[in-house]
Amino acid sequence: MSAPPTRRVVSALLRKDLRVELRSFESMPAMALFSVTTFVLFHFGLQKDSLSGELASGVLWVTLLFAAVLGINRLFVADAEQGGFDGFLLSPADRNALLFAKALALLAYLVVLELVAVPAFALLLLGPPIGQALPGLLAVLALADIGVAVIGTLVGALAVRTRARDLLGPLLSLPMLVPVVLGAALATKPLFATPAGTLPLRWLAVLALYDLVFALIAFALFEFLLED
Amino acid sequence: MYGKRLRALSLTTFAALTLTLVLVFFWAPNDADQGFLQKIIYIHVPLAIITLCGFIFGAVAAIAHLRTRDPRWDMRSYVAIHISLVFGVGVLITGSIWAKGAWGHWWVWDEPTLVSFLLIMLLYATYQPLRFAIEDPERQARSASVFAITAGCFVPINFAIVRLSTAYVHPRLGSGSLPGRMGVVFALAIVAIALLWITLWRYEMTSKHAGAQLRALKRLLGGDEDDAAPLRRSAAPSVTHLGGVS
Repeated sequence: MSAPPTRRVVSALLRKDLRVELRSFESMPAMALFSVTTFVLFHFGLQKDSLSGELASGVLWVTLLFAAVLGINRLFVADAEQGGFDGFLLSPADRNALLFAKALALLAYLVVLELVAVPAFALLLLGPPIGQALPGLLAVLALADIGVAVIGTLVGALAVRTRARDLLGPLLSLPMLVPVVLGAALATKPLFATPAGTLPLRWLAVLALYDLVFALIAFALFEFLLED
Repeated sequence: MYGKRLRALSLTTFAALTLTLVLVFFWAPNDADQGFLQKIIYIHVPLAIITLCGFIFGAVAAIAHLRTRDPRWDMRSYVAIHISLVFGVGVLITGSIWAKGAWGHWWVWDEPTLVSFLLIMLLYATYQPLRFAIEDPERQARSASVFAITAGCFVPINFAIVRLSTAYVHPRLGSGSLPGRMGVVFALAIVAIALLWITLWRYEMTSKHAGAQLRALKRLLGGDEDDAAPLRRSAAPSVTHLGGVS
Protein backbone atom coordinates (compact mmCIF):
# COMPACT_ATOMS: atom_id res chain seq x y z
CA MET A 1 0.00 0.00 0.00
CA SER A 2 1.50 3.31 -1.00
CA ALA A 3 1.51 6.18 1.47
CA PRO A 4 -1.24 8.74 0.91
CA PRO A 5 -0.05 12.31 0.20
CA THR A 6 0.83 14.08 3.44
CA ARG A 7 -1.35 17.07 2.65
CA ARG A 8 -4.47 14.91 2.53
CA VAL A 9 -3.55 13.13 5.75
CA VAL A 10 -2.97 16.45 7.51
CA SER A 11 -6.29 17.81 6.37
CA ALA A 12 -8.13 14.63 7.39
CA LEU A 13 -6.51 14.65 10.84
CA LEU A 14 -7.17 18.35 11.29
CA ARG A 15 -10.82 17.99 10.31
CA LYS A 16 -11.13 15.07 12.73
CA ASP A 17 -9.64 17.11 15.57
CA LEU A 18 -11.77 20.16 14.91
CA ARG A 19 -14.91 18.04 14.61
CA VAL A 20 -14.19 16.29 17.90
CA GLU A 21 -13.60 19.67 19.51
CA LEU A 22 -16.80 21.16 18.06
CA ARG A 23 -18.81 18.19 19.34
CA SER A 24 -17.26 17.90 22.77
CA PHE A 25 -16.16 21.50 23.45
CA GLU A 26 -13.37 20.19 25.61
CA SER A 27 -10.58 22.75 25.16
CA MET A 28 -11.64 26.01 23.54
CA PRO A 29 -14.37 27.19 25.93
CA ALA A 30 -12.22 26.30 28.94
CA MET A 31 -9.26 28.23 27.54
CA ALA A 32 -11.38 31.32 26.77
CA LEU A 33 -13.13 31.27 30.13
CA PHE A 34 -9.83 30.75 31.92
CA SER A 35 -8.35 33.84 30.26
CA VAL A 36 -11.27 36.06 31.29
CA THR A 37 -11.15 34.74 34.85
CA THR A 38 -7.42 35.40 34.98
CA PHE A 39 -7.93 39.01 33.88
CA VAL A 40 -10.40 39.41 36.75
CA LEU A 41 -7.84 37.84 39.10
CA PHE A 42 -5.20 40.30 37.90
CA HIS A 43 -7.59 43.17 38.53
CA PHE A 44 -8.00 42.13 42.15
CA GLY A 45 -4.44 40.92 42.62
CA LEU A 46 -2.91 44.14 41.32
CA GLN A 47 -5.71 46.37 42.64
CA LYS A 48 -5.72 48.31 39.37
CA ASP A 49 -8.61 49.33 37.14
CA SER A 50 -6.60 49.88 34.02
CA LEU A 51 -3.16 48.88 32.84
CA SER A 52 -0.82 50.27 30.23
CA GLY A 53 2.70 49.80 28.92
CA GLU A 54 4.77 46.92 30.21
CA LEU A 55 2.29 45.90 32.89
CA ALA A 56 -0.52 45.56 30.35
CA SER A 57 1.77 43.67 28.01
CA GLY A 58 2.93 41.27 30.73
CA VAL A 59 -0.57 40.55 32.04
CA LEU A 60 -1.86 39.82 28.54
CA TRP A 61 0.96 37.45 27.61
CA VAL A 62 1.14 35.56 30.88
CA THR A 63 -2.62 35.03 30.74
CA LEU A 64 -2.52 33.85 27.13
CA LEU A 65 0.35 31.52 27.97
CA PHE A 66 -1.44 29.90 30.89
CA ALA A 67 -4.62 29.53 28.87
CA ALA A 68 -2.57 27.95 26.07
CA VAL A 69 -1.10 25.44 28.53
CA LEU A 70 -4.65 24.17 29.19
CA GLY A 71 -4.99 23.43 25.48
CA ILE A 72 -1.54 21.86 25.28
CA ASN A 73 -2.43 19.51 28.12
CA ARG A 74 -5.58 18.29 26.37
CA LEU A 75 -4.17 18.18 22.84
CA PHE A 76 -3.29 14.49 22.64
CA VAL A 77 -5.38 13.07 25.48
CA ALA A 78 -8.20 11.75 23.30
CA ASP A 79 -5.70 10.10 20.94
CA ALA A 80 -3.84 8.44 23.79
CA GLU A 81 -6.93 7.22 25.61
CA GLN A 82 -9.21 6.24 22.76
CA GLY A 83 -6.80 4.61 20.36
CA GLY A 84 -6.18 7.53 18.01
CA PHE A 85 -2.45 6.92 18.12
CA ASP A 86 -2.84 3.23 17.32
CA GLY A 87 -5.13 3.96 14.39
CA PHE A 88 -2.72 6.52 13.02
CA LEU A 89 0.30 4.25 13.47
CA LEU A 90 -1.47 1.40 11.63
CA SER A 91 -1.92 3.60 8.58
CA PRO A 92 0.99 4.04 6.17
CA ALA A 93 0.80 7.84 6.56
CA ASP A 94 3.84 10.01 7.14
CA ARG A 95 4.37 10.35 10.90
CA ASN A 96 4.94 14.08 10.68
CA ALA A 97 1.42 14.55 9.32
CA LEU A 98 0.25 14.20 12.91
CA LEU A 99 2.66 16.92 14.00
CA PHE A 100 1.36 19.34 11.35
CA ALA A 101 -2.28 18.52 12.03
CA LYS A 102 -1.95 18.88 15.80
CA ALA A 103 0.03 22.10 15.52
CA LEU A 104 -2.64 23.53 13.21
CA ALA A 105 -5.40 22.39 15.57
CA LEU A 106 -3.64 24.03 18.52
CA LEU A 107 -3.15 27.15 16.41
CA ALA A 108 -6.91 27.21 15.74
CA TYR A 109 -7.64 26.88 19.47
CA LEU A 110 -5.26 29.75 20.17
CA VAL A 111 -6.93 31.98 17.58
CA VAL A 112 -10.34 31.28 19.11
CA LEU A 113 -8.89 31.93 22.57
CA GLU A 114 -7.54 35.29 21.45
CA LEU A 115 -10.79 36.25 19.74
CA VAL A 116 -12.26 36.16 23.25
CA ALA A 117 -9.27 37.12 25.37
CA VAL A 118 -8.04 40.21 23.48
CA PRO A 119 -11.43 42.01 23.39
CA ALA A 120 -11.99 41.01 27.03
CA PHE A 121 -8.58 42.40 27.92
CA ALA A 122 -9.29 45.66 26.07
CA LEU A 123 -12.64 45.94 27.82
CA LEU A 124 -11.63 44.96 31.34
CA LEU A 125 -8.04 46.06 31.89
CA LEU A 126 -6.38 47.95 29.06
CA GLY A 127 -6.12 51.71 29.64
CA PRO A 128 -5.23 53.09 26.19
CA PRO A 129 -7.66 52.27 23.35
CA ILE A 130 -6.94 48.96 21.63
CA GLY A 131 -7.37 50.45 18.14
CA GLN A 132 -3.94 52.04 18.02
CA ALA A 133 -2.23 48.79 19.02
CA LEU A 134 -4.26 46.38 16.93
CA PRO A 135 -2.21 46.04 13.69
CA GLY A 136 1.05 45.50 15.57
CA LEU A 137 -0.63 43.28 18.13
CA LEU A 138 -2.01 41.01 15.41
CA ALA A 139 1.47 40.50 13.97
CA VAL A 140 2.92 39.64 17.38
CA LEU A 141 -0.01 37.35 18.17
CA ALA A 142 0.50 35.46 14.91
CA LEU A 143 4.21 34.87 15.53
CA ALA A 144 3.75 33.98 19.21
CA ASP A 145 0.90 31.58 18.36
CA ILE A 146 3.06 29.69 15.90
CA GLY A 147 5.75 29.30 18.54
CA VAL A 148 3.27 28.13 21.19
CA ALA A 149 1.65 25.73 18.72
CA VAL A 150 4.94 24.14 17.69
CA ILE A 151 6.40 23.81 21.17
CA GLY A 152 3.03 22.83 22.61
CA THR A 153 2.61 20.02 20.12
CA LEU A 154 6.07 18.61 20.81
CA VAL A 155 5.67 18.87 24.58
CA GLY A 156 2.10 17.59 24.48
CA ALA A 157 3.22 14.47 22.63
CA LEU A 158 6.08 14.06 25.09
CA ALA A 159 3.91 14.39 28.18
CA VAL A 160 0.72 12.62 27.14
CA ARG A 161 1.86 9.05 27.63
CA THR A 162 3.35 9.59 31.06
CA ARG A 163 1.67 8.86 34.34
CA ALA A 164 1.71 12.50 35.47
CA ARG A 165 0.81 14.19 32.20
CA ASP A 166 -1.22 17.01 33.78
CA LEU A 167 1.81 17.98 35.83
CA LEU A 168 4.51 17.37 33.25
CA GLY A 169 2.82 19.29 30.44
CA PRO A 170 3.05 22.70 32.14
CA LEU A 171 6.41 21.94 33.78
CA LEU A 172 7.97 21.09 30.42
CA SER A 173 6.30 23.75 28.32
CA LEU A 174 6.53 26.82 30.55
CA PRO A 175 10.35 27.18 30.61
CA MET A 176 10.51 26.57 26.87
CA LEU A 177 7.84 29.21 26.27
CA VAL A 178 9.53 31.87 28.38
CA PRO A 179 11.44 33.25 25.37
CA VAL A 180 8.12 33.52 23.47
CA VAL A 181 6.51 35.46 26.31
CA LEU A 182 9.61 37.59 26.72
CA GLY A 183 9.79 38.47 23.02
CA ALA A 184 6.04 39.04 22.69
CA ALA A 185 5.79 41.11 25.87
CA LEU A 186 8.69 43.33 24.83
CA ALA A 187 7.22 43.68 21.33
CA THR A 188 3.79 44.81 22.53
CA LYS A 189 5.02 46.98 25.42
CA PRO A 190 5.32 50.18 23.33
CA LEU A 191 1.96 49.46 21.65
CA PHE A 192 0.13 49.66 24.97
CA ALA A 193 1.94 52.81 26.11
CA THR A 194 0.47 56.30 26.00
CA PRO A 195 1.38 57.77 23.58
CA ALA A 196 1.80 54.58 21.59
CA GLY A 197 5.33 53.77 20.44
CA THR A 198 6.30 51.89 17.35
CA LEU A 199 6.44 48.11 17.11
CA PRO A 200 10.02 46.97 17.72
CA LEU A 201 10.76 44.90 14.64
CA ARG A 202 13.76 43.31 16.29
CA TRP A 203 11.49 41.30 18.58
CA LEU A 204 9.33 40.17 15.69
CA ALA A 205 12.47 38.84 14.05
CA VAL A 206 13.51 37.07 17.27
CA LEU A 207 10.05 35.47 17.59
CA ALA A 208 10.12 34.36 13.96
CA LEU A 209 13.55 32.84 14.39
CA TYR A 210 12.50 31.04 17.58
CA ASP A 211 9.44 29.63 15.77
CA LEU A 212 11.59 28.43 12.91
CA VAL A 213 14.19 26.73 15.11
CA PHE A 214 11.63 24.87 17.19
CA ALA A 215 9.63 23.92 14.11
CA LEU A 216 12.77 22.25 12.76
CA ILE A 217 13.47 20.54 16.10
CA ALA A 218 9.89 19.26 16.32
CA PHE A 219 10.02 18.10 12.71
CA ALA A 220 13.21 16.15 13.39
CA LEU A 221 12.15 14.57 16.68
CA PHE A 222 8.38 14.07 16.59
CA GLU A 223 8.38 10.65 14.96
CA PHE A 224 10.46 9.18 17.80
CA LEU A 225 7.62 9.93 20.20
CA LEU A 226 5.15 7.87 18.22
CA GLU A 227 7.00 4.57 18.06
CA ASP A 228 5.91 1.72 20.21
CA MET B 1 34.88 -1.97 31.78
CA TYR B 2 34.05 1.56 32.79
CA GLY B 3 36.22 1.16 35.88
CA LYS B 4 39.46 1.07 33.91
CA ARG B 5 42.00 3.75 34.83
CA LEU B 6 39.46 5.29 37.16
CA ARG B 7 42.02 5.47 39.97
CA ALA B 8 44.51 7.37 37.82
CA LEU B 9 41.77 9.72 36.65
CA SER B 10 40.62 10.36 40.22
CA LEU B 11 44.16 11.14 41.37
CA THR B 12 44.72 13.50 38.43
CA THR B 13 41.47 15.30 39.19
CA PHE B 14 42.36 15.63 42.84
CA ALA B 15 45.81 16.99 41.99
CA ALA B 16 44.41 19.44 39.42
CA LEU B 17 41.77 20.76 41.83
CA THR B 18 44.30 21.13 44.64
CA LEU B 19 46.78 22.90 42.38
CA THR B 20 44.05 25.21 41.07
CA LEU B 21 42.93 26.18 44.57
CA VAL B 22 46.50 26.76 45.73
CA LEU B 23 47.18 29.00 42.74
CA VAL B 24 43.86 30.81 43.13
CA PHE B 25 44.56 31.73 46.74
CA PHE B 26 48.34 32.22 46.78
CA TRP B 27 49.48 33.09 43.27
CA ALA B 28 46.72 34.86 41.32
CA PRO B 29 46.65 38.59 42.13
CA ASN B 30 43.68 40.19 43.82
CA ASP B 31 41.35 42.07 41.50
CA ALA B 32 41.92 45.83 41.58
CA ASP B 33 38.21 46.52 41.72
CA GLN B 34 36.56 43.70 43.68
CA GLY B 35 39.55 42.49 45.66
CA PHE B 36 39.46 39.02 47.18
CA LEU B 37 35.81 38.45 46.27
CA GLN B 38 36.65 38.27 42.58
CA LYS B 39 38.45 34.95 43.14
CA ILE B 40 35.08 33.20 43.10
CA ILE B 41 35.16 33.42 39.29
CA TYR B 42 37.74 30.64 39.29
CA ILE B 43 35.04 28.32 40.59
CA HIS B 44 31.78 29.90 39.43
CA VAL B 45 32.56 30.50 35.76
CA PRO B 46 34.27 27.15 35.04
CA LEU B 47 31.38 25.37 36.82
CA ALA B 48 28.89 27.21 34.61
CA ILE B 49 30.82 26.49 31.42
CA ILE B 50 31.24 22.80 32.24
CA THR B 51 27.57 22.48 33.27
CA LEU B 52 26.43 23.79 29.91
CA CYS B 53 28.95 21.62 28.07
CA GLY B 54 27.57 18.65 30.01
CA PHE B 55 24.02 19.47 28.89
CA ILE B 56 25.24 19.74 25.30
CA PHE B 57 27.05 16.40 25.65
CA GLY B 58 23.79 14.94 27.00
CA ALA B 59 22.04 16.15 23.85
CA VAL B 60 24.73 14.72 21.58
CA ALA B 61 24.55 11.36 23.38
CA ALA B 62 20.76 11.49 23.00
CA ILE B 63 21.12 12.02 19.24
CA ALA B 64 23.44 9.00 19.15
CA HIS B 65 20.82 7.04 21.12
CA LEU B 66 18.01 7.88 18.72
CA ARG B 67 20.22 7.01 15.74
CA THR B 68 21.68 3.75 17.02
CA ARG B 69 18.98 2.65 19.50
CA ASP B 70 21.82 1.59 21.77
CA PRO B 71 20.68 1.88 25.40
CA ARG B 72 24.24 2.68 26.48
CA TRP B 73 23.96 6.06 24.78
CA ASP B 74 20.80 6.74 26.72
CA MET B 75 22.68 5.91 29.91
CA ARG B 76 25.52 8.28 28.94
CA SER B 77 23.02 11.05 28.25
CA TYR B 78 21.21 10.42 31.54
CA VAL B 79 24.40 10.44 33.61
CA ALA B 80 25.68 13.58 31.84
CA ILE B 81 22.48 15.49 32.58
CA HIS B 82 22.44 14.18 36.14
CA ILE B 83 25.99 15.37 36.89
CA SER B 84 25.37 18.69 35.13
CA LEU B 85 22.25 19.28 37.23
CA VAL B 86 24.33 18.86 40.38
CA PHE B 87 26.99 21.21 39.01
CA GLY B 88 24.25 23.66 37.99
CA VAL B 89 23.01 23.94 41.57
CA GLY B 90 26.60 24.82 42.48
CA VAL B 91 26.61 27.50 39.78
CA LEU B 92 23.42 29.10 41.11
CA ILE B 93 24.76 29.07 44.68
CA THR B 94 28.21 30.48 43.86
CA GLY B 95 26.58 33.01 41.51
CA SER B 96 24.25 34.18 44.26
CA ILE B 97 27.14 34.56 46.70
CA TRP B 98 29.08 36.60 44.17
CA ALA B 99 26.03 38.75 43.35
CA LYS B 100 25.49 39.45 47.04
CA GLY B 101 29.13 40.46 47.45
CA ALA B 102 29.50 42.50 44.27
CA TRP B 103 26.05 44.04 43.78
CA GLY B 104 24.52 43.70 47.23
CA HIS B 105 21.65 41.39 46.26
CA TRP B 106 21.33 37.61 46.25
CA TRP B 107 19.45 37.74 42.99
CA VAL B 108 19.61 40.30 40.19
CA TRP B 109 16.95 40.18 37.49
CA ASP B 110 18.48 42.56 34.96
CA GLU B 111 21.27 40.08 34.56
CA PRO B 112 20.76 37.94 31.47
CA THR B 113 23.37 35.30 32.23
CA LEU B 114 21.88 34.58 35.65
CA VAL B 115 18.30 34.54 34.37
CA SER B 116 19.07 32.31 31.37
CA PHE B 117 20.89 29.90 33.61
CA LEU B 118 17.92 29.72 35.96
CA LEU B 119 15.58 29.03 33.03
CA ILE B 120 17.81 26.25 31.81
CA MET B 121 17.92 24.72 35.28
CA LEU B 122 14.11 24.93 35.55
CA LEU B 123 13.78 23.13 32.25
CA TYR B 124 16.32 20.40 33.07
CA ALA B 125 14.78 19.92 36.50
CA THR B 126 11.87 18.24 34.69
CA TYR B 127 14.14 15.65 33.05
CA GLN B 128 14.00 13.21 35.93
CA PRO B 129 10.28 13.61 36.66
CA LEU B 130 9.68 12.94 32.96
CA ARG B 131 11.69 9.70 33.03
CA PHE B 132 10.10 8.73 36.31
CA ALA B 133 6.61 9.02 34.86
CA ILE B 134 7.14 6.62 31.94
CA GLU B 135 7.13 2.93 32.80
CA ASP B 136 8.09 1.25 29.55
CA PRO B 137 11.92 1.38 29.53
CA GLU B 138 12.31 1.82 25.79
CA ARG B 139 9.72 4.55 25.49
CA GLN B 140 11.22 6.18 28.57
CA ALA B 141 14.62 6.21 26.89
CA ARG B 142 13.23 7.59 23.63
CA SER B 143 11.19 10.32 25.30
CA ALA B 144 14.14 11.27 27.48
CA SER B 145 16.34 11.53 24.40
CA VAL B 146 13.81 13.74 22.60
CA PHE B 147 13.73 15.93 25.68
CA ALA B 148 17.52 16.01 26.00
CA ILE B 149 17.94 17.12 22.38
CA THR B 150 15.21 19.77 22.58
CA ALA B 151 16.59 21.13 25.84
CA GLY B 152 20.14 21.00 24.45
CA CYS B 153 19.05 23.23 21.55
CA PHE B 154 17.22 25.48 24.00
CA VAL B 155 20.45 26.21 25.90
CA PRO B 156 22.20 28.48 23.35
CA ILE B 157 18.99 30.01 21.93
CA ASN B 158 17.76 30.92 25.38
CA PHE B 159 21.06 32.58 26.23
CA ALA B 160 20.92 34.64 23.05
CA ILE B 161 17.33 35.80 23.55
CA VAL B 162 17.54 36.67 27.24
CA ARG B 163 20.81 38.44 26.49
CA LEU B 164 19.12 40.59 23.86
CA SER B 165 16.42 41.67 26.27
CA THR B 166 18.51 43.38 28.91
CA ALA B 167 21.36 45.75 29.27
CA TYR B 168 24.12 43.63 30.62
CA VAL B 169 26.10 44.14 33.77
CA HIS B 170 27.50 40.65 34.02
CA PRO B 171 31.29 40.72 33.85
CA ARG B 172 32.19 39.13 30.54
CA LEU B 173 35.30 37.06 30.14
CA GLY B 174 36.33 37.91 26.63
CA SER B 175 39.78 37.18 25.33
CA GLY B 176 42.32 39.37 27.02
CA SER B 177 39.99 40.47 29.82
CA LEU B 178 41.96 38.39 32.31
CA PRO B 179 45.56 39.58 32.32
CA GLY B 180 48.63 37.38 32.88
CA ARG B 181 48.43 35.15 35.90
CA MET B 182 44.67 35.43 36.17
CA GLY B 183 44.29 33.99 32.68
CA VAL B 184 46.60 31.09 33.44
CA VAL B 185 44.80 30.21 36.67
CA PHE B 186 41.41 30.56 34.99
CA ALA B 187 42.40 28.17 32.19
CA LEU B 188 43.68 25.71 34.77
CA ALA B 189 40.43 26.01 36.73
CA ILE B 190 38.42 25.10 33.64
CA VAL B 191 40.59 22.02 33.10
CA ALA B 192 40.26 21.00 36.77
CA ILE B 193 36.47 21.37 36.83
CA ALA B 194 36.18 19.54 33.51
CA LEU B 195 38.25 16.71 34.99
CA LEU B 196 35.97 16.66 38.02
CA TRP B 197 32.92 16.39 35.78
CA ILE B 198 34.49 13.59 33.74
CA THR B 199 35.55 11.71 36.88
CA LEU B 200 32.08 11.90 38.43
CA TRP B 201 30.53 10.88 35.13
CA ARG B 202 32.82 7.88 34.91
CA TYR B 203 32.09 6.88 38.50
CA GLU B 204 28.35 6.93 37.94
CA MET B 205 28.66 5.06 34.64
CA THR B 206 30.81 2.45 36.36
CA SER B 207 28.33 2.09 39.18
CA LYS B 208 25.36 1.69 36.82
CA HIS B 209 27.28 -0.83 34.76
CA ALA B 210 28.37 -2.84 37.80
CA GLY B 211 24.75 -2.86 39.00
CA ALA B 212 23.60 -4.21 35.65
CA GLN B 213 26.26 -6.91 35.67
CA LEU B 214 25.37 -7.91 39.22
CA ARG B 215 21.74 -8.24 38.31
CA ALA B 216 22.55 -10.28 35.23
CA LEU B 217 24.73 -12.62 37.29
CA LYS B 218 22.00 -13.09 39.86
CA ARG B 219 19.62 -14.01 37.09
CA LEU B 220 22.11 -16.53 35.70
CA LEU B 221 22.41 -18.12 39.12
CA GLY B 222 18.68 -18.69 39.09
CA GLY B 223 17.73 -16.15 41.68
CA ASP B 224 14.06 -15.35 41.51
CA GLU B 225 12.84 -12.31 39.66
CA ASP B 226 12.20 -10.28 42.81
CA ASP B 227 15.88 -10.36 43.61
CA ALA B 228 16.83 -9.33 40.13
CA ALA B 229 14.50 -6.35 40.01
CA PRO B 230 15.70 -2.99 41.28
CA LEU B 231 14.83 -2.44 44.94
CA ARG B 232 12.98 0.79 44.36
CA ARG B 233 11.78 2.72 41.34
CA SER B 234 14.19 5.23 39.97
CA ALA B 235 14.37 7.76 37.19
CA ALA B 236 17.57 6.17 35.92
CA PRO B 237 17.47 4.15 32.71
CA SER B 238 16.66 0.56 33.54
CA VAL B 239 19.98 -1.19 33.39
CA THR B 240 18.72 -4.73 32.93
CA HIS B 241 19.00 -4.41 29.18
CA LEU B 242 22.42 -2.81 29.11
CA GLY B 243 24.10 -5.90 27.73
CA GLY B 244 24.46 -8.04 30.84
CA VAL B 245 27.72 -9.76 31.65
CA SER B 246 30.45 -8.76 29.28
